[in-house]
Amino acid sequence: MAGVLRWTRPGRRVRVMLTEALFLQLGYNATLVTLGAGLLGIAAGVTGVFLVLGKRALVSDAVSHATLPGIGLAFILMVMAGGDGRALPGLLLGAAASAGLGLLCVSWLTRRTRLGEDAAIGAVLSVFFGAGVVLLTVIQTMSAGRQAGLETFLLGSTAGMLRSDALVIALAGALVLGLVLVLRRPMTLAAFDPDFAIAQGLDVRRTELAAMGLAMAITVIGLKIVGLILIVALLIIPPVAARFWSDRVDHVLALSGLFGGISGYGGAALSATAPGLPTGPLIVLLAFALFVLSLLAAPRRGVLATLLRRRRAIAPGAGR
Amino acid sequence: MMGAEFVALSLPPILIGTFAAIACALPGNFLLLRRQALIGDAISHVVLPGIVLAFLVTGIVAAWPMMLGAGAAALVSVLLIETIRRLGHIEPGAAMGVVFTTMFAAGVLLLEQSDTSGVHLDVQHALYGNLESLIWLEATGWDSLWDAQALAALPPELPRIVLTLLVVAGAVLLFWRPLVLSTFDEGFARTLGLPVRAIGVGLVGLAAMAAVAAFDAVGSIIVIAMFICPPAAARLMTDRLGAQIWWSIGFATLSAVLGYVLAGYGPLWLGGVHALSAAGMIASVSGVILLLAALFGPCRAASGLRRG
Repeated sequence: MAGVLRWTRPGRRVRVMLTEALFLQLGYNATLVTLGAGLLGIAAGVTGVFLVLGKRALVSDAVSHATLPGIGLAFILMVMAGGDGRALPGLLLGAAASAGLGLLCVSWLTRRTRLGEDAAIGAVLSVFFGAGVVLLTVIQTMSAGRQAGLETFLLGSTAGMLRSDALVIALAGALVLGLVLVLRRPMTLAAFDPDFAIAQGLDVRRTELAAMGLAMAITVIGLKIVGLILIVALLIIPPVAARFWSDRVDHVLALSGLFGGISGYGGAALSATAPGLPTGPLIVLLAFALFVLSLLAAPRRGVLATLLRRRRAIAPGAGR
Repeated sequence: MMGAEFVALSLPPILIGTFAAIACALPGNFLLLRRQALIGDAISHVVLPGIVLAFLVTGIVAAWPMMLGAGAAALVSVLLIETIRRLGHIEPGAAMGVVFTTMFAAGVLLLEQSDTSGVHLDVQHALYGNLESLIWLEATGWDSLWDAQALAALPPELPRIVLTLLVVAGAVLLFWRPLVLSTFDEGFARTLGLPVRAIGVGLVGLAAMAAVAAFDAVGSIIVIAMFICPPAAARLMTDRLGAQIWWSIGFATLSAVLGYVLAGYGPLWLGGVHALSAAGMIASVSGVILLLAALFGPCRAASGLRRG
């Protein structure tokens, strides 16, 4: 490949690759992965709005770390049943089961003991992750010589992703997105004003549980692409960025989905252009760039707008 | 199990694990009471970009530059969280989530982009640590503990973590009264003229120091687990802070020792041949302790439920 492209400078080659990647010309599988990541980003951005509005952003961090033992157990069970331990749907099912258990533990510790939610989150996060690491070492000894490759779930990896995997991710992302859009009114009410929601006859606990369950679904779906350490970023950063631009929930939802989609799509496309560009971190860094842009440039709530307002207030009519 | 082999292979990791656990649990008690338990989580995530940058600047894998880099990264993250929280009027949890995921992502990208193929530096190592490799080859038995020449060959992580533990414990003892006052009643502490903000920053700095030193020896899972689980379990055992701290030290020690032994010898007892991850097992044991405390601890109930 280097021989063919000797006459171009490396910078130009990357640029060409990037345009190709952004316009989905890198081949069928890379295209599917990029589209899947984009859809995942949209779904995560929209779902995350309810977490951030309900001030429960970091619960998703506990949930995502809690997926690891489930992945390990699912692998062991599938191998013991004589199947291929790496089948994605089975692994994701295991991940969802242990993430659900983690979520239950967080809410049980918070409601039933004097510990705060932050302590419950940290405890579940570290203990489940530790147990998962123990299981990973069990797996290493079990299938001696055979690479399980479960470590890719830590940071995500799109390299060598199967077409069926990409399809599973895209379909599940679309399903979650649809559910969020259907449930958005009650979830908004429950996140913003629980008391009013109760007065309206809404089952707030069940609604909050639904919101958390959808966030859990996102973390599980995103494991393969973004990895369990960074997936929370897709649930937190786009909503926080979108919040700068508007006070209306509908607008924040749309913008957050847009930011998430851009991050997922762009990150996956960028990472396809060269080796050594891991997908998950690129997606997160793109989301952060959009966040910084929002923090600085958003009208009214942005830093620049605030500075301008302050200057005008200090020197009224100075320019006239 | 208790012979020369134990002293050479198991004693140093057990001691290092125990001291690291206690060094994290001590400031963890105060962070827990201040509802800042997740600071430890954030710090241990951002340590990665710190050590990668330190490696890129110095070109070597050496402990002190990496600890400096990690400390600097922890400081930067705390400042960033504070800045974003204030500039954007964002709740602390979300601000924390934005900052630590971004810095961790930057660390992974840096690591992948730089040529670290010749050195032992990867994400897994940062997460799990390498407790099992901290062995003391010079030791020939318990007598080696009095042999200066053999002692000089102890893994350097051991004196470092002992020093860190002494500094952390010393600071907690020295600033006991202001720490306790500002933790329980910030308003009252302020009327007494205590520098409440400085105490808060100092506590986070102390936690960062413990996290970085422990991270160097045992990886970030143990760090997060030890910041939270032993103090949380201890909080369910007693209403008095002094007793809580002693309970947390006991729980931290029990987690480290039992976790290491279960990971190292458990598979042998069950007929296996390979040891399991000690870091993961220590975190798991601390979780079991917390679970037991949450089920049976004498002071477990939420305060509203107990008195109401």
